[in-house]
Amino acid sequence: MILEVKDLTVQFPTRRGALTAVDSISFSIAPGEVLGVVGESGAGKSITGLAVIGLLEPPGRIAAGEVRLEGRRIDSLRHEEMRRIRGRKIGVIFQDPLTSLNPLYTIGQQLEETILTHLPLNRNQARERALALLREVGIPAPEARYGAYPHHFSGGMRQRVVIALALAAEPRLLIADEPTTALDVSIQAQIIALIKRLAGERGAAVMLITHDMGVIAETAQRVAVMYAGRVVEIGPVRDVIHSPQHPYTVGLMGSIPRLGSQAKRLVQIDGAMPRLNAIPPGCAFNPRCPRRFERCVAERPHLLSAGTSRAACWLHASS
Amino acid sequence: MHLLKLESVSRDFDVSRPWLNRVIEREPRRILRAVDRVSFEVSKGETLALVGESGCGKSTVARLIAGLYAPSEGRIEFLGRRLQMIFQDPYASLNPRWRVRKIIAEPMMFLDGGKPIGELLVQVGLSPDDAERYPHEFSGGQRQRISIARALAGEPELLICDEPTSALDVSVQAQILNLMADLQERLGLTYLFISHNLAVVSLVADRVGVMYLGRIVELAPAAQLFAKPRHPYTRMLLDALPDLGMTGKSRTPVAGEVPNPLAPPAGCPFHPRCPHANDRCRVETPKFLNGVACHAVDEGRI
Repeated sequence: MILEVKDLTVQFPTRRGALTAVDSISFSIAPGEVLGVVGESGAGKSITGLAVIGLLEPPGRIAAGEVRLEGRRIDSLRHEEMRRIRGRKIGVIFQDPLTSLNPLYTIGQQLEETILTHLPLNRNQARERALALLREVGIPAPEARYGAYPHHFSGGMRQRVVIALALAAEPRLLIADEPTTALDVSIQAQIIALIKRLAGERGAAVMLITHDMGVIAETAQRVAVMYAGRVVEIGPVRDVIHSPQHPYTVGLMGSIPRLGSQAKRLVQIDGAMPRLNAIPPGCAFNPRCPRRFERCVAERPHLLSAGTSRAACWLHASS
Repeated sequence: MHLLKLESVSRDFDVSRPWLNRVIEREPRRILRAVDRVSFEVSKGETLALVGESGCGKSTVARLIAGLYAPSEGRIEFLGRRLQMIFQDPYASLNPRWRVRKIIAEPMMFLDGGKPIGELLVQVGLSPDDAERYPHEFSGGQRQRISIARALAGEPELLICDEPTSALDVSVQAQILNLMADLQERLGLTYLFISHNLAVVSLVADRVGVMYLGRIVELAPAAQLFAKPRHPYTRMLLDALPDLGMTGKSRTPVAGEVPNPLAPPAGCPFHPRCPHANDRCRVETPKFLNGVACHAVDEGRI
């Protein structure tokens, strides 16, 4: 396993006590595997990603659990050490490419700088490598674009540059947080094909965070569904999509409009995800759940095996 | 009988640099044609959707119809009495200093009487007590319900919905789309639905217009458009759509990007990305014939 996350809990201390944004979640990603993390806004998926790469904004902090990269524990590392690992071993792609690019430097300078920081190369070799990366992510005529600034590029092209940056030091783990959300569908398809190819060819582990189940369906092998800071279901993509085991996943899949469907209405989950300060006792989904019974209100379900997947739902408790 | 009719409507924006720069650097004026000779009709009670990628001019069409912009050329005919608009961002479209009661009552200034606020709130799935609260006390989905209640307060025949669910999570999107379908059935509303999301459009629309660089390139009944897309751009959009059913299979990535609208390509604006383009496409702009603007379709090549 490249990444192993065990019982990770992230809390934000406030005057009225600590808010738990991520509540003891566990997962792992193998080499060449793409794990999709899906959920609605506020489910804790981005916080999970930030916790893994040690970029939580204070006062947010890891309150419990551990994160291991290739067997080595990285959640307890000091800032400086973690900074070296990020970039060298972990590449990151955010939704808005402009947050990852410095507007005052040319993309060539930014790539070279990243490569020189992490790899034992001289400037000429770094330049060669930067050009090769740009070519690989599909930027036409990289020599001509090398001296261009981020604002010279379109959104899709900028995201390619960010991917090239993330890959500059051959990372073992790639964290992509909504990498295609800001892009048009036609560009989206190109970026997804790129991420997929890179995972396959380089054997990197990819954590793909998105709210778009369609993107997950195309890219990931396994998917973790998050709700109110917890993983409610995790399993092979095909099974989670075609036979979801948790009532929340069932509702979520039904509420996605699909081409070619004859229905004029969507399946609807009434209500909304609870706020962090009002997570109900027992199962966090119980107030909205059509299949709730006594145990759901009293006791919090842990991940139980349900077919090929695992679901945090008492319906799957063997009696 | 149509409720709304657009006849060859165009809209230009002047995006020139300041006068002094133009004089010193000898630059010409720069005109951006955001909407280019768009024509369509919307009948009473139907939903017409406009789809396209960002910058294709779909929101400008919505704003032209709402009268927020004046057309540079062409004619817009609206045979109803009132229309209302629902915007994409429910955080930006509600006045944060007003209570919900005041927000919803605003369009009623132009009516004699109007419905009670409580009734309007119940109609969109909120409670009458919510009238005394402020927008920040609501979630995104609830805010969009308030926007809908405000639109309905004006008793419109036509609702222009500009990406009404794009800022919402899927489960909330489902609630809003269901609500909009119910309201249409109950009140006989006509919708002009603007979206970039083809799956959403396939659910709500009776007819669909596909826009590219300010033009409508294909206009057809929804069932027909999704089953048998004719224009190469429509085919490309449908191909590019992630499909939940085909787990593991890859879609066909499309080459290229939308060109700069300030310097649109000559001939058919789609020709640089089109696999079927020939010399005629590079020179001559295709006319909109029988629901599609494409030389290849017209000549029977595809």
